[in-house]
Amino acid sequence: MFDVLRKSLKTGCLTEKLPVRDEAVSKAGTACQKEIARVFGKSMAVRMVDAGSCNGCELEMHAVNNGFYDIERFGIHFVASPRHADMLLVTGPVSRHMQAALKRTYDATPSPKLVIAMGDCAACGGEFGVSYASCGAVSNVIPVDAVVPGCPPTPLQLLEGILTALRRR
Amino acid sequence: MNKIVNQGQLEAPTVDALVDLLNRSGVPTTDVTEIKGRARTVAIESKLWGKAAAVASRHHVRWSAVWGEHRPPEIYVTAALAGVNGHLLLRTTVPDVGGELPSQTPYYPAANRPERYLHDMFGVRRFTDQPDVFLDERRWMRHQAWKADQHPLLKSFPVAGKPLDETPPDCEYVFVPAEGEGVYEIPVGPVHAGIIEPGHFRFNAMGEDILSLEQHLGYVHKGIEKLAEGRDVHGLARLAARVSGDSTVAHSWAACQACENAADVTVPKRGLAIRAILAERERIANHLGDIGACCNDVGFPFALVQFGRLRELWQRQNATVFGHRFMMDVVTPGGVTRDISPEHVTLLRDGIAQLRRELDELLPLLFEYPSLQDRLRTTGILSLETARRIGAVGYVARASGECWDLRRDAPYAPYDKVTVKVPHSVEGDVAGRVHVRGEEIYVSLDLLDSFLLQLPTGAIKTDFHPVKAACSGIGLVEGWRGEIVSYVALDAHGKVSRYFPRDPSWLTWPALEALIGGVIVPDFPLCNKSVNGSYSGHDL
Ligand code: SF4
Repeated sequence: MFDVLRKSLKTGCLTEKLPVRDEAVSKAGTACQKEIARVFGKSMAVRMVDAGSCNGCELEMHAVNNGFYDIERFGIHFVASPRHADMLLVTGPVSRHMQAALKRTYDATPSPKLVIAMGDCAACGGEFGVSYASCGAVSNVIPVDAVVPGCPPTPLQLLEGILTALRRR
Repeated sequence: MNKIVNQGQLEAPTVDALVDLLNRSGVPTTDVTEIKGRARTVAIESKLWGKAAAVASRHHVRWSAVWGEHRPPEIYVTAALAGVNGHLLLRTTVPDVGGELPSQTPYYPAANRPERYLHDMFGVRRFTDQPDVFLDERRWMRHQAWKADQHPLLKSFPVAGKPLDETPPDCEYVFVPAEGEGVYEIPVGPVHAGIIEPGHFRFNAMGEDILSLEQHLGYVHKGIEKLAEGRDVHGLARLAARVSGDSTVAHSWAACQACENAADVTVPKRGLAIRAILAERERIANHLGDIGACCNDVGFPFALVQFGRLRELWQRQNATVFGHRFMMDVVTPGGVTRDISPEHVTLLRDGIAQLRRELDELLPLLFEYPSLQDRLRTTGILSLETARRIGAVGYVARASGECWDLRRDAPYAPYDKVTVKVPHSVEGDVAGRVHVRGEEIYVSLDLLDSFLLQLPTGAIKTDFHPVKAACSGIGLVEGWRGEIVSYVALDAHGKVSRYFPRDPSWLTWPALEALIGGVIVPDFPLCNKSVNGSYSGHDL
């Protein structure tokens, strides 16, 4: 118990100690916070849908929740159900086997909703494109408000992508 | 922990001894030299396909993979079997119309899903002459995107397929029903609650206890094998890097190794050393992330924060030195695309020393924290016997005492010049899997140090010269999840005619089904995380 506390104290607050790059994170994050206040009120709930990704994009989604980026401090949090979500964050080319599930998730999300296609696959089909097994870009299946290119997009690119989507509202 | 050394695989014969055993047991073999690489290939008659498996399984040989290749008018079927010192590839042919094979599943449960997949993709039907064996006739990868009589990996099937505008959801898949008073079903997925890939889990539960779990995967099937056809080796490497994003290095390495073996391309020593550095860094990143996540699943967020921090720092160093946080596309046919400068060697070694210091402080803390261990110990036990029966690999097998590791058993360069320690546990529970992964980080750190200290001089890659005739090769790489088998066939123009990557998840997903009986429902995410099968790597 004491060891845990000691290590926690020694580690300190990661979100303050960050080098140069992190200024970009706080800037984008704070801007997001403002836009969220305008569009949704105080905070924004995100439901992620992996519609066929290689799992690379998901790993960076986990990363935006780590101590360095801590996306929750900007009022953005991930939720379990689309019914609680303001935004869908969709990854992957949409596999045909996920097409119905993605549509249903979209329908289950209350309006006003935002949809972001994260990663090259979601943006344009990426390395996989359209085939017998894949519908390609997310926009081939549901309306998309913004795309975040990258394979996978870095945590900062993801945050900036969310900001772009919010600004369009 | 680590008291009893129980290395089941040592009972398996060598590859050559296995061939002798087959010949002596009424399965005549003919050597085939077509598939290049570190495995021996023998052809057998198709009607002896099941018998060969029966002989092998009696001698503790591990079943590893099966795949097809359409060369009209035949389907070439190859199965990989693992002996104590590497792989034997069994090969046979069946007609591409109405082809059928005796099933290997009665002797190797691990073959069950791959054989169903073989049927979905090639139309090769399996049967058994064992009267007391029930063979699962259900499809495995196919949902509703193509019809039962269509088989996407036949050459006559166009890559575009004939999809409907809207592929209906796969509601008709029949799960094994639950019966009995108070037994109820819990359907979960494909869209899960967390940040995780999609799949469907069907639980039968009674009260809090899970009686059984059945997985229904295939949701992220995006046609990787079909898409590979017609690409050049560089295009193939890009695709291989995206088979499973968390294993991008391991899959690219396996695919490139297969291409290089096929075309007889020798990667310079420095290129190989850098590949191993990338692979060990990938192993560490994933172990760090999962150790934190497992602890978080039982309400110990301290570990998530601390290990998330270490993982982030590690990935940032990847970006600095290799230009990408996951080191994607750094492994390329013929070598690697990024060299390591002397300054970066120092930077990486500092990072290694720092991580070691942090782990010295953090891991004992986790391993000795009573309320954490209380939740991890005896949860989700996979016994040695079960691990062996279902043919598990990677840390899932090693945590149950079954110690396969290609880096030691059948080392490929540069692992042939170093000693690879293989940590294991005998408990087979979540704590064991977490512990083994912690220990593996240390092994990888030592390996990284030695590779960086003895980085060979010279080129990092060689040109991948154009091939002159059709050729094929096998790639065998120990990824962080376990053994990856990758098969590549190139045509006379150097274009891919077949790519098959066998992610270790094929052999660990069944472990999750096997270890979940009796676990309480709220502990499922923990058990799932402790196994961490790849959906994408499996679904292809
Ligand atoms: S964009 Fe890249 S990382 Fe994301 S799912 Fe596609 S291949 Fe994977």
